[in-house]
Amino acid sequence: MSENITANAMGLLKSEAKSLNFYYGEYQALKNINLAVAEKRITALIGPSGCGKSTFLRCFNRMHDLYPGNRYDGEIMLYPDDVNILHAKIDPIEVRMRIGMVFQKPNPFPKTVYENVAYGLRVRGISNRRKLDEKVEKALRGAALWNEVKDRLTSLAFNLSGGQQQRLCIARALATDPEMMLFDEPTSALDPIATASIEELIAQLKEQVTILIVTHNMQQAARVSDYTAFMHMGEVVEFSDTNTIFTNPAQKRTEDYITGRYG
Amino acid sequence: MPNQSTTQSVQAIRTMIVRHKRWDIIFSIVGLFAMLGGLLTLVALIVGMAIDGLPRISWNFFTSFPSRHADKAGILSAWVGTTLVMMVTVLSAVPLGVAAGIYLEEYASKNWMTDLIEINVTNLAGVPSIVYGLLALGLFVYQLDFGQSVLTAGLTLAILILPIVIVATREAVRSIPGTIREGAFALGATKWQTVSQHVLPYSTAGILTGVIIALSRAIGETAPLITIGALTYIAFLPDSPFKGEFPYVSFDWLSSAFTVMPIQMFNWVSRPQEAFHYNAAAAGLVLIVMTLIMNALAIYIRYHFRKRIKW
Ligand SMILES: Nc1ncnc2c1ncn2[C@@H]1O[C@H](COP(=O)(O)OP(=O)(O)O)[C@@H](O)[C@H]1O
Ligand SMILES: [Mg+2]
Repeated sequence: MSENITANAMGLLKSEAKSLNFYYGEYQALKNINLAVAEKRITALIGPSGCGKSTFLRCFNRMHDLYPGNRYDGEIMLYPDDVNILHAKIDPIEVRMRIGMVFQKPNPFPKTVYENVAYGLRVRGISNRRKLDEKVEKALRGAALWNEVKDRLTSLAFNLSGGQQQRLCIARALATDPEMMLFDEPTSALDPIATASIEELIAQLKEQVTILIVTHNMQQAARVSDYTAFMHMGEVVEFSDTNTIFTNPAQKRTEDYITGRYG
Repeated sequence: MPNQSTTQSVQAIRTMIVRHKRWDIIFSIVGLFAMLGGLLTLVALIVGMAIDGLPRISWNFFTSFPSRHADKAGILSAWVGTTLVMMVTVLSAVPLGVAAGIYLEEYASKNWMTDLIEINVTNLAGVPSIVYGLLALGLFVYQLDFGQSVLTAGLTLAILILPIVIVATREAVRSIPGTIREGAFALGATKWQTVSQHVLPYSTAGILTGVIIALSRAIGETAPLITIGALTYIAFLPDSPFKGEFPYVSFDWLSSAFTVMPIQMFNWVSRPQEAFHYNAAAAGLVLIVMTLIMNALAIYIRYHFRKRIKW
């Protein structure tokens, strides 16, 4: 769509979806999506429930490969090495090692706080205790959780509060230094105070990592993101810098949505 | 007069409620009798057995072989046999059953084949145990030539409980939320890493519970073991699995003849002298206590892990 911001105007790109279609079996959930993700910026996906935000997000770490019958068509390029991460020859595991994900509901493993954060490192074959200690601490600090849990690293993750659990999941994803992080409505299961702390954290994280975040909370998108895409019925209706989307949307459908006329 | 008609209709509602509630009362009485009927029979059985058997239970009862003299006879060969057979059963049924359950749940693609297997596995759990005995007689005794041994008995009971272990494993695995698996995959874990480091450890409690319940079924099985030729009178012990000198373990006991608790009981009950019936009651008590301990263990494990894992 001509109103959409072009990749050229966005500076350095981390990733770019090109003519992306996605099918759950026969059902086409994503339709010809073109969207660029700027490096070390926060890109938000907004839109009514069921419009395909999660589906789109989960293409970026090939989560759909876990279930039979799903099919991608088109490309998602990852830069700087210019690789199409949807290509059949690219192992989804390689993609997931480069791109981390935080889910809607905190999903810590029923292990200790320490083991949760260390898990991604262990998967990568790191078992040296000193190195693990160091990386776990760094990740927990990165997720603004260190001070709260440094004395209970060996207690079970389930004993943390909901907001702490979600920050633990962020630390878990951060520990392996991903190039990009995907957030799927990371605060929708949390109370307002926990939500505020997670938002603040995400805003800080963009200094070190590219972020793609799904939210159905428009204030959240407006507060934290640099770019926003409005999705509707499997399509990206409008994509622009966040300020433009919220103050001067080009599309009627976008305006209707952000002014609360539907969704 | 609106007031009066209201009173009337309230009156009508009340009589209706009373009428409807009669069924509550009737059912609670019928249900009470049904429950008491079942429970009291069971209690009477156990109490009867305890009265007959308790006086026979002593240290000697556990350390003596069966004998022609009822007051000297004991269950040594029976409980040792039961223990060894159960060991073979556990060591073969658990790895096989858990692997099969995990494969079906996590690896196999879902199609008509796996549906068919699923239906069959569930049905196998209900096949009469003597049928397994017949199968084992043909396979283990005649085909594989394992003899009428501890090994054959253990494997027979293993096949018998395999479906239960598979079903328990699948249920335990299925109760792990998909978001936990996705969490592991999202960090770059392979399927095997996800299964061995998450799925299996988190479903241990469920699997163990299923295994123990399966074992408490197997421990009382008589028919299939008689079918494969368990002896009813044994006055020796199988060779010890542990040795004083190198290599410290021995597997000769696997090929030993054997008897088990329920068969020992069966033998005693079928004697004409009443003194032997008391022995059977005593052995029955021991068997019940063994089963109760196993069930208590299952409950404890479930409770213990529940405390640790909340989804
Ligand atoms: N596993 C699935 N199989 C089939 N259809 C699905 C599946 N997951 C989601 N969908 C459908 O795809 C559409 C987009 O879903 P989703 O991406 O979850 O929306 P959102 O995250 O924007 O609420 C919805 O119509 C939904 O019903
Ligand atoms: Mg969603």
